Parts: sequence; structure tokens; C-alpha cells
Amino acid sequence: MSAYMWMWVAIVGAGLLAWATKYAGHVVPEKFLENPRVHRVAAYVTVALLFALFAVQAFTSDGEVVFDARVAAVAVAAVLLWCKSPFIVVVIAAATVAAGLRALGWG
Amino acid sequence: MALLSSRALGPARQQAISVSVATGAYAISFGALSVASGLDIWQTMALSLLVFSGGSQFAFIGVIASGGTAAAAVLTSTFLGLRNGFYGVGLAPVLRPLGGARRAWAAQLTIDESTAVALAQTADDLPARRTGFWWTGVGVFVLWNAVTVVGAMVGSRIGDPADWGLDAAAAAAFLGLVWPRLASRRAQAVAGASAILALALTPVAPAGVPILAAAVIAVLAGWKAPRAKDEVPE
Repeated sequence: MSAYMWMWVAIVGAGLLAWATKYAGHVVPEKFLENPRVHRVAAYVTVALLFALFAVQAFTSDGEVVFDARVAAVAVAAVLLWCKSPFIVVVIAAATVAAGLRALGWG
Repeated sequence: MALLSSRALGPARQQAISVSVATGAYAISFGALSVASGLDIWQTMALSLLVFSGGSQFAFIGVIASGGTAAAAVLTSTFLGLRNGFYGVGLAPVLRPLGGARRAWAAQLTIDESTAVALAQTADDLPARRTGFWWTGVGVFVLWNAVTVVGAMVGSRIGDPADWGLDAAAAAAFLGLVWPRLASRRAQAVAGASAILALALTPVAPAGVPILAAAVIAVLAGWKAPRAKDEVPE
């Protein structure tokens, strides 16, 4: 089989595995989730994963911890969230701060 | 913008639309980088349709671009997608009851963004959580796949999304979506510890590990029942 065909096998394989991973979470038995300990851990898991994802998106690039224009952008976002600003305002402000600082040659 | 700020649309739909647009724009880079890594436009489109998870897709083409094997690309992509399995566990009680085909479709739409918007709505408002999940999942799916094609065709001529501040917008969006769930001291501690652990592991662990490792902190935090019941984020 050609390298091109193998690449197709890999793409379809990656797609099936991605879907199976997602599906597995949806079919965990309801009984199991009713256990209070499992319930608490599951609630904290989403907070932990999403906040770790935020930290990686805000403060890392290519496997290194980097503090650049994004730091100022998420600091502005945090202040706006503290003031209960609408979500869309927070997101646009963060993009504007980062784009502006980069246009000025910083970060 | 008038539409986005309109109260009639409700917070779940507003968040779904802004997150879909910000995330969808990133598919420009995915399409461009995928073609640059040697995949053709059909393979690039197939990755966005079938894998449909940004981190996994960028990892897949990153391995190929750096000369890795197709098997290594599948392995890395799958590892980065493991957190979607955890998201499904959190979403299942929100989306229940779901029939066979709809459940299969919900699984495909289970990603960082749809989970975050769903769980950012108040816990006792299940319809709002469902709206958040479906609007964000479908919105990101449509835009991500459409913009992938654009990226694959125009290549890198549009420039780096970072120049437009889209990387900071994505980070700010996730911060905003987790924000309502950080009301209790214990949730704040879990978030802080997860961020520190992820940043500490970033230089030494392969991509994906720093985020997944945060699950250990969640297990430690949830193992013992808190004194006040309302400390657990729903």
C-alpha cells in the first residue's frame, strides 16, 4: 500500500479513536455517577482540566512557559470578569489588548 | 454585535456564538499548516470532520511535519483527545435522555468549548446547559470545518491568528467560562493547583500530559466530602 493510502488509514483511525474516547464518557453507567465521591471528583475534573487548559493557552508556547502579550490580555479579561462584564466584551478586550501590544512590538 | 449583546438571545447562545467564531477562526491555521505538512486538501478536511478536536488535529499534523510516522501521529492525537472522555462523563447527566444517533452525534461534538459553555450555565437550569452544549458544538463544528477548507486553499497568506490576538481571546474565553464555577474556596484551590502543575510539567512532559495531569488534583480534591455541601461545583 502506498504512503498516501497509509496516511488515509491513519486519519480514519485517529477519527475513530477520537470519537470512541468521547463516546466512552457519555455511556458511563448512571449508577456509577450517583456515587457521591465519583460525583464530586467528576465535578472537579472539568474545573481542573479547563483551568489547566487555560493556563497552557495563556502562558505557554511550543513546550515552554512564556509570558508575553497574553499575560496583559488575560489580566484585563480577569478584571472585566470581576466587574461582571458581558462575555463577548471580555473576549474582544483580550484580543484587542494582545493584538495592540504585538502591533507595538511587545510580546 | 447588536445581536450578540441582545438580552433576548440569552447568555448560553451569546457565549456559544462568540466561542464558535473565535474558535472557528483558528481553523485557518490548521488548514494552512496541514497542507504545509504534506497532507492534501481532502485529508485535511477529513481530519477536521472525523477527529474534530483542535489539540488532537494540530498534534497529528505536527508529528507528520516533523517527520514522525503515521502511527505516532495517531497515538499523539488520541492521547491529546483523552480529556474529551472526561468531558463526556460530566455532560451525560446534562444531556440525558439521549437516543442512539443523537448520542453518537453528541459524542462527536464533545470538545473543550461545548463542555465549557454548557457547564458555565447555572446547574439548576438544565435547558440552558443543553442549549449551551448544542449551540456551541454545532456552531464550532460548522465554522471549524468550513474555515479548514479556506485555510487549506489560501495557505498562510492570511497571516498568523496571534497577530489578531486570537490566542489571547481563546484563553480569555476559557477563563470566562470557568469563572462561575470558581465560587468556592476548594474550587479555587483546584484551579490554582491545576494551573501550577500544568505549567510546571509543560517544559518536561509531552504535549497533553500537563493538562491531563490536573485530573489527579481533581481526584484529591473530591475524595473527601467537604463540610458544606455547596462547596462542590455542579
